[in-house]
Amino acid sequence: MGKLFAVVLTVITLVSTAIFVAHTWLPVDISAHGHAIDHQLSETMTSAGVLFVVSQLALALFAWQYGDRKDGRAVKTFPGGVTPMVVLAVVLVGAEVLALTFVGSKVWAGIYQSPADPNSLQVDVQAEQFAFYFRYAGADGRFGAVHLERIDEGSGNFFGLDPANDSSARDDIVVPSLAVPVNRPVLLTMRAKDVNHAFYVPELRIQQDFVPGLVIPLHFTATQIGKHEIVCTQLCGLGHYNMRAYVEVMSQDQFDQWLKEKAAEQ
Amino acid sequence: MSRASEPAAGHERATAAKIGELKHAPPQTFLRKHVFSVDHKVIGKQYLDLALVAVGTGMVLSWLMRFHLAWPETPIAGLGKLAPNGAAGGVITPEYYLQLMTMHGTIMVFFVLTTAPFAGFGNYFLPIQVGAEDMAFPRINMMSFWVTLVAFLVLVASLFVAEGPALSGWTAYAPLSAVGKDAGPGQGLGQTLWAVSITLFCVAQLLGSLNFITTTLDLRTKGMSLVRMPFSTWAWFITSVIGLIAFAVLMPACILLILDRVAGTSFFIPAGLVISDRLQPHAGGSPLLWQHLFWFFGHPEVYIAILPGFGIVSHILPVFARKPLLGPRVLIGCLISIAFLSYTVWGHHMFLSGMNPFSATLFSVPTLVITIPATIVTLLWIGTIYGAKLRFTTPALFCLGFVSVFVSGGISGFFLAQPSIDTYLHATYFVVAHFHFVMGVAAMFGIFAATYFWAPKMFGRMMNETLGKWHFWLTFIGVYCVFMPMHYLGLAGNVRRYSAFTDDYLKPMIPLHRFITIAALFTGAAQLIFLYNLIRTRLWGPRAPDNPWEATSLEWSTTSPPPHDNFGGHPPVVYHGPNEYGGPGAGTDYVMQASPGER
Repeated sequence: MGKLFAVVLTVITLVSTAIFVAHTWLPVDISAHGHAIDHQLSETMTSAGVLFVVSQLALALFAWQYGDRKDGRAVKTFPGGVTPMVVLAVVLVGAEVLALTFVGSKVWAGIYQSPADPNSLQVDVQAEQFAFYFRYAGADGRFGAVHLERIDEGSGNFFGLDPANDSSARDDIVVPSLAVPVNRPVLLTMRAKDVNHAFYVPELRIQQDFVPGLVIPLHFTATQIGKHEIVCTQLCGLGHYNMRAYVEVMSQDQFDQWLKEKAAEQ
Repeated sequence: MSRASEPAAGHERATAAKIGELKHAPPQTFLRKHVFSVDHKVIGKQYLDLALVAVGTGMVLSWLMRFHLAWPETPIAGLGKLAPNGAAGGVITPEYYLQLMTMHGTIMVFFVLTTAPFAGFGNYFLPIQVGAEDMAFPRINMMSFWVTLVAFLVLVASLFVAEGPALSGWTAYAPLSAVGKDAGPGQGLGQTLWAVSITLFCVAQLLGSLNFITTTLDLRTKGMSLVRMPFSTWAWFITSVIGLIAFAVLMPACILLILDRVAGTSFFIPAGLVISDRLQPHAGGSPLLWQHLFWFFGHPEVYIAILPGFGIVSHILPVFARKPLLGPRVLIGCLISIAFLSYTVWGHHMFLSGMNPFSATLFSVPTLVITIPATIVTLLWIGTIYGAKLRFTTPALFCLGFVSVFVSGGISGFFLAQPSIDTYLHATYFVVAHFHFVMGVAAMFGIFAATYFWAPKMFGRMMNETLGKWHFWLTFIGVYCVFMPMHYLGLAGNVRRYSAFTDDYLKPMIPLHRFITIAALFTGAAQLIFLYNLIRTRLWGPRAPDNPWEATSLEWSTTSPPPHDNFGGHPPVVYHGPNEYGGPGAGTDYVMQASPGER
């Protein structure tokens, strides 16, 4: 029975590991910061993978070897007893923890704790059950003020703007999908109209919750032209699975043209 | 190791005379014996039976969800009649999917993973293992169970209210959970019943934890010093300390949630929310406050679910390895440090929640550090198997399986503990794989090991080994087929809590989801072997001797099943620790805790 356990566990371990290794599961990375996340992920994958394989195979090996053969042999204690084992675990895992923290917190800080580039393209994002809306400042470069009580789905006033009295709101461009120029830093200011939502683009390696009552900044730079899905990852109600938009990364010229067209449509 | 010693000094409090004072007469009527019993053994079995009903319910819900994910358009026979609103014609609607998911998570976490390994087995065996006649407060103990049952019934009742049960997940994030009907189906009465149920559950757990702590500290029999307590008792004791703090935070959080819902308060709801085109009449609350309170409970809850499993495996493994557990004091030190650290890590659930990003690093460090005691414990188990004389009984196999699945689940914690990686993996199936392995499957393996191990004591009958082994093999292979592929899905960015995969980038993943669904249905079906074995054992199983596994702790010094007062009016005196296995020679290779003198 011990030998069977060892064989089954070894097969499970090797097959699981092989599937991790043999296929590139991650989607393409199109962000300036993504390579650092991917690097951190692959470092962790290697060290955790070694730990996984070694501990599972040790378990399998001992189960194979130390079945009760009823031959009256005495049991053996682990060589060196418990102390070296504890020291080894503290040192090895401790070093791993320190290394991951030092490198990882730098990656994290680079995305979430650093200020956005002052030349960023600023886009205001409103999340609601079950859609995203994006607002560009228009020709005057200023966003109109948000008046929550003016929010009205029927008339398409998703941000609660007051163009009659607020001149900066008149040229705001509101669209249901995000367009950004390639290689230009983008700063999103994220608001939620009703409940929690989240902004997740796997290819951009970025994710952030929307929280009602808070305005949350998020910045990134897209480095490849293309079109990808933005999905909601914070449970927001029955249409959660269907809450999505697109982010289209364009050349600067294309983007300028796109913005002009959208401004004309408002 | 075989040295006999005098009963440890300083425990005169728990003398036989003192225990005698607590003695209550055996009940005479059927109701007092089997229903409204104050006997911890009956209460323990009641908790386990409740958990059995709960796990059956939770598993059926997961089958429905898995089936829907794999074949969203295919009707499920009979479901249309059971849930005419949620699944008209047998096809599950998006909101009904989320309701099933919420109920699955809530039932499994609270009424299975907390109820069975902690309240159930703890109730039955903690008093016996310390040599007590009953819990310190038997009536409060009975009340804890009945309040838990009411909590379960309230939750199940919410399945049948007009708009269906809550759909905001077991985490019930506000404001979705707090603003009421405007937020959509399930956010009416169903969500209120959810909060009431969890509040009641907290009351029961708080009382239960107090009972466990008091019993452990005050009712140990003569000679049962703290270091001589079995590892399972240590784990239940530490778990009850965690529970006392954790549930004491969740309970007021749930009460505030109920007030937001029914009394117009705004603890978790900020100003200016526009829901269903209606400006909500709330102001001043904070959605993040709910998350902090919930996870201050929620993360320790993971350890409430898994630490009893640690104790059970550490208790059972030496019995079948026929050698002492490696590093018994190190184990207890690790359990205590895990318990302490469990209160410093809750923010790792909130890296992307909008809280100050600086705090992410602060929460990440203790989360990674907690892997050190967890790694040591795993090494102690593996080191115990080294040089052993393993007897591959069903409980032993489930212990080995526990170690394997705990390693698999723990490893993925390395990824999610790092905010930079969580940026990508948060809210994907990688997380689903992680917590199912580490707290779901591992805890279930602990429960199975405990059931096969202690059934002879609880029911006085042996479980069938052949059926037990079939159950083990199918389950062990099955859970890997179900949960390992979820890591791959997560790496590919597959979002969780979606009732259908309509996004372009998610569509290619549906075949892998179908594989998982088929594996889940098979693994679930394999549990019927366990159910059959359990029922058969309780009714017709062969009689069990007092100590079938040749184990040392006090539950094996009494009859199977134990008499009403556990030790027939003769409280045991303890001379040894629980870890006395592996003696040389042809005679017995173990020393029972209650056996006086040398081997």
